[in-house]
Order: sequence, then C-alpha cells, then structure tokens
Amino acid sequence: MTELALDKRTLPDRSTVVGWLQNYGVYLGLAVLLLFNVFFTDHFVSGENFRTQAVQVSPVLIVALGMALAIGTEGIDLSVGAVMALATSITSLYLGYGPWLALVAALVGGAVIGLAGGSLIAFVGVQPIVATLALMVGGRGIALVLLPQLKDVRDPAMATLGSGSVAGVPYLALIAATLALIVGFVVRRTTFGRRLLAIGDSRPAAQLAGLPVHRVLITVYVCSGVLAAVAGFLATARLQASDPSSLGNLMELSAITAVVVGGTPLTGGRVRIGGTVAGAVLIQLLTATLIKHDLPSSWTQIAQAVVIVLAVYAARERGKR
Amino acid sequence: MPSTKEHPAAAGRTAPAPGDPARRGDRVAALAQRHGALAALVVLAAVASLSFDSFATGDNLGNIAISSSFLATVALGMTFVIVSGGIDLSVGSVFVLGGVLAAWGSQYGTVVALLLPLVVCAAIGLVNGLLVARTGLAPFIVTLASMLAARGLMLAITDEGADTFLVNPDSVFASLGQGKLLGIGTPVWITAVLFVGGAVLLRSTRFGQRVYAVGGNEQAAALMGAPVARTKVSVYTLSGLLAGLAGALNAAYLASGVTILGYGMELDAIAAVVIGGTLLTGGLGYVSGSLVGVLLLKVIQNVINQIGSLDSAYQQVVSGAFLVLVVVAQTWLARRRRVG
Repeated sequence: MTELALDKRTLPDRSTVVGWLQNYGVYLGLAVLLLFNVFFTDHFVSGENFRTQAVQVSPVLIVALGMALAIGTEGIDLSVGAVMALATSITSLYLGYGPWLALVAALVGGAVIGLAGGSLIAFVGVQPIVATLALMVGGRGIALVLLPQLKDVRDPAMATLGSGSVAGVPYLALIAATLALIVGFVVRRTTFGRRLLAIGDSRPAAQLAGLPVHRVLITVYVCSGVLAAVAGFLATARLQASDPSSLGNLMELSAITAVVVGGTPLTGGRVRIGGTVAGAVLIQLLTATLIKHDLPSSWTQIAQAVVIVLAVYAARERGKR
Repeated sequence: MPSTKEHPAAAGRTAPAPGDPARRGDRVAALAQRHGALAALVVLAAVASLSFDSFATGDNLGNIAISSSFLATVALGMTFVIVSGGIDLSVGSVFVLGGVLAAWGSQYGTVVALLLPLVVCAAIGLVNGLLVARTGLAPFIVTLASMLAARGLMLAITDEGADTFLVNPDSVFASLGQGKLLGIGTPVWITAVLFVGGAVLLRSTRFGQRVYAVGGNEQAAALMGAPVARTKVSVYTLSGLLAGLAGALNAAYLASGVTILGYGMELDAIAAVVIGGTLLTGGLGYVSGSLVGVLLLKVIQNVINQIGSLDSAYQQVVSGAFLVLVVVAQTWLARRRRVG
C-alpha cells in the first residue's frame, strides 16, 4: 500500500504494449466480448437486446459514477445500496404528491446520508469504509422502517420514465449517459475535480496546500449519495415497484467493480469516467453472455470475482510503474 | 485507507511521566476504549432485565447465547484479520458455504460433515491470504472477490439454491449443534473454548505478537524480521476456517444447510469487532472485546424483539447508529491518546 502511495502519481508508460493494455484493457475486453456475442450469441444484434442491456446497466452506472468520485479521493462508499433502498421507500411515500416531489424527496434522502458519511470522514476522521458501512446498515434499516414491505408503484409518469424511450434510446440510458458526461466534465475540467484528485493523491499535501479538504470530501459523498438516490428512483420507475429489502443489495460491490475494472486505482488521485462506463457495460455484458449461454448464475459470480481480481492486479502493476 | 498508519499504543509509550494529569487522561481514554462496550452491555442488560420479565429467563439468555455463538466464532477470526491491518469481507459467504457443505457431507458421517467445510473454507482463506500477502492487492478487494466466488460455489453445489441438504437429526453431527451440556448448548461451549484459545493465541504467543506487529507497522515488522507474508496468510486462513466451522455448527443446529442465511454477516462481524475496541487501522485489538461486541449486538436485537411493537428494521437502525457512535468515540479517543 505504501509503495503504491509513493509511485501512484506516475502515469503508465503509454509506449509499451503492456502500458497500453493496462490503460485501455477494459475497452479491449469490451470489444472482445461484443465480438464474441455478435458471432456466437443468437439474437444478440437487435435493437431490442441493446435497449434491454442499456436499461439494465443504467442504475449500476449511475451509482458507479458517484463511487468513482469517492474512490478518487482514496475513499469508498459502501452506503450506496442502502441509499437506493431509502430512495425507493421515499419515492413510494411521496408519489401521492406527484413524481417531481417524490424525486426531490428521494434526492434529499440520498444527500442526507451522503452528508452524514462525508462529515464522519472529513470532520471526525473515521475511515471511509467504516463510516459508510455504518450508514449501509442503518440506511437500509431506515428504508425498511419507512416502507416495511414491497409496494407496487402505479403512476403513469413513472411508467413512462421506466420503460419509455426517445428515438429508440431508453430514457434511463439517456439519463445515465448525461450524468456520465457531467461527472466526466466535473472531474476533468473544474477546480472541484482537480481538488478532489489532489486530495486522493495526498490528503496531507492537499491540506498543506490550503485546499478546502473537508468541503470537497463532504461534497464528494453528497454527490455519491444523490447519484445513488437517482439510481434508486430510476430503478423504482423501471420495476414499477418499491422493494426496500432487496433493491440495491450488493450494488456497492457492482459499482466498485465497474470503477476498478475501468482503471481507476483504489489508491486515489485518478478517476477514469470513460473507463467506469466501459467497466459497468463490461460487467453487464459478461453477466448477460453467461446467462444467454445457459450458464447458471453461480458462474456469473465466480466470473465476476475473477474479473475483479485480474483488473485490480493489472491496476496494481500500473500503480507500481 | 490511510497510507501511513498511526499506532495509538505506540504513541502511548511516549506519554508524559507518571502522575502527570495528561497521562491519567490517557489512561481513562484507554480504559474507555477497551471497556466501553462492556459497560454498555452491562447497562443494557440491567435495563432490559428490569424492563422485561421475559429477558432474564434461562430460555431467553440461552437463545441469546446460542445465536451469539455462530457470529462470535466468525468475529473471532475477523479480530485476527483486523488486528493484522486487514479485513475479510468473504466470511458471510464462507459461513453459508460451510453450512451447505456440512449438511451435504453429513450423509457420509460426522467426520466428513466437519472436515469438508473446514478444509474448503480454510482453503478459501488461504487463497485470500496468499493474494493479499503475495500480490499486495487490497484485502478489501481480494475478500470482496472471494465473497462472490464462495457464493457462486455455494450456488453451484445447491443447484442455484434450489436444493436444501438436511442433517439427520439423530446423527452425532446434529448433536454438535443441538446437544446440551449442563443446560447450555454445545455451540456455546465450543465457542467459549475457541475464544479462550484465540485470546491465548493473540496475547501470549509469538504468532500473536507478529499479528500485532504487522498491523501496527508493516515495514517495521518486516525490518524486525517478522514473517509478514506468512502471518497474513495465517490470519486469513484462520478467518476462513472459523467462518466455515461456524457455518457447519449452524447447519448442525438448524439440521439443514440454509442457503439464504449469513449474507451481511461480515458486516455484523466487523461491527462487533469494532465495537469491542479493536482498531480498524490494525495493531490494537482484543479477542474478549469482540465477544462483548457480539453479545451487545445480539442483546440489542433481543430487546428490540421483546418490544413487540417495534419492527425488526429498527434493529438495523439501532445497530447502525450504535456503530456510528462507537466509531466516532473510538476515533476521538485514539486521537486524544496520540495527543496525550
């Protein structure tokens, strides 16, 4: 860990094949998987299938965007699954007042959890993994207190949002893509983005340089909470139901996987949003491929485990370079 | 994940001279950190026995003890891992896998029912340890992957969770889970023995010293000649082994390998260890504290069940809030001790 911390600022050597692979391996993997499916999977190349995949990947991707920010600061956010559950509970409770109010209320719920996590991390100095773990346990509890059991959502606007599309592209995928562009812009082009990466590089150095470390950290976790809440709201619209006991279960793992597979190092200081998008799609496509070839879901989990370890192993080599 | 590790115990050694008020504060902080959970447990138990007639009955306490024993066994292994500066997220899945393997193996006799889960689960721990120690991958990620892999393996064995293997209730294996000795369930006795052994192992053996040293400051431990990699491999193997054993005992107790229990158990185990005064940054921790942490979580759960009108969801809220409180207090105490 310490050796990584010393060298992690070094960018990978782009001139070698290995360096290239480590940087763009996720895109290569995605291309290989796509080609495999085009040739060997029946009914793969169809608008309907692409739409299904895009809709399924959207919530994971949105959560992964927030996770990428947290990981960029050398943190982690385990509370995202619980925030999705909280968002779906709040959505159900407030839907009677109209979908917009329900959305706002859900976002506020996510922001509050993010604020709590960010404050614990920034002001109290609790490790991110512990702070967000406590919120993960408590957050799902709150979601279940608010809405003890599954509830159907009957709202025409929500139905349109969940299953509608414009020019063949599902709303969910459009929203996810837009959010990815925004987060990518924020990371690359704004002061906030630069500060976030500086904190991930070295928090003491950022502090010495006079950066508003606390404010940036809190903003990052609030962003992660709000994005997870958006994902929870959209998932509610897609499923036409609120199920706080199962929605978002293990979502933190999928999101971390997408971020890590996409080439963002867990040691902070670098965030790759394009890679995160590709990582999320890769995991989704891997799952879909295994299912379409009649491999049981147990294999999906084992395959996912192998992909995680390989991706992090590659990232480690990159970090050491 | 801080890259430089602060070691509160080490800072305590350079504290001011005896009699200095700063040092007394230091000692109070140390006491609070070590025994805060025990005090909370005593108070909670006292309040619960005064408030509910049904709390301090033999049956109820027996139930708390039994349901604590499985989590406690898992938390014991987790304590070693966390003291060494790591974390093991795979224990929940390994627990379930151990239970399923034990229930399946019980048809071939008690030896198979016990050995199969122990060997397989220790092997998963071994792989975790090797990956962590030899490749330098973050423990968090390695054990996250093995959590998925162990669950995948469990699903593969049980035909995607459709098969439930039953334990013959008359078998010797079942009596390991359901038997009683002096009115106390066998799993409780087994757990008690494991904890005594674990405490001795961590406090009084060279291996235990190495676990503390590796968690306190890995570089320093390596410079002093401690076998860092071997120590890490050992703690993860131990954690896998204990999680598998807990799963097997649970299967014997329930007379079946239940495929849906145990998820999220890693979080309960981590919570118990942290509540018990073990620092997540490694290098400082107590086996006894983890036991107190488990009991505290289970008593909270029991009390919430006793208040019949409260939904079990509140248990998660209370556990989460409690965890936040403990972690904030611990961070504050650790910082205070550094300053002192």
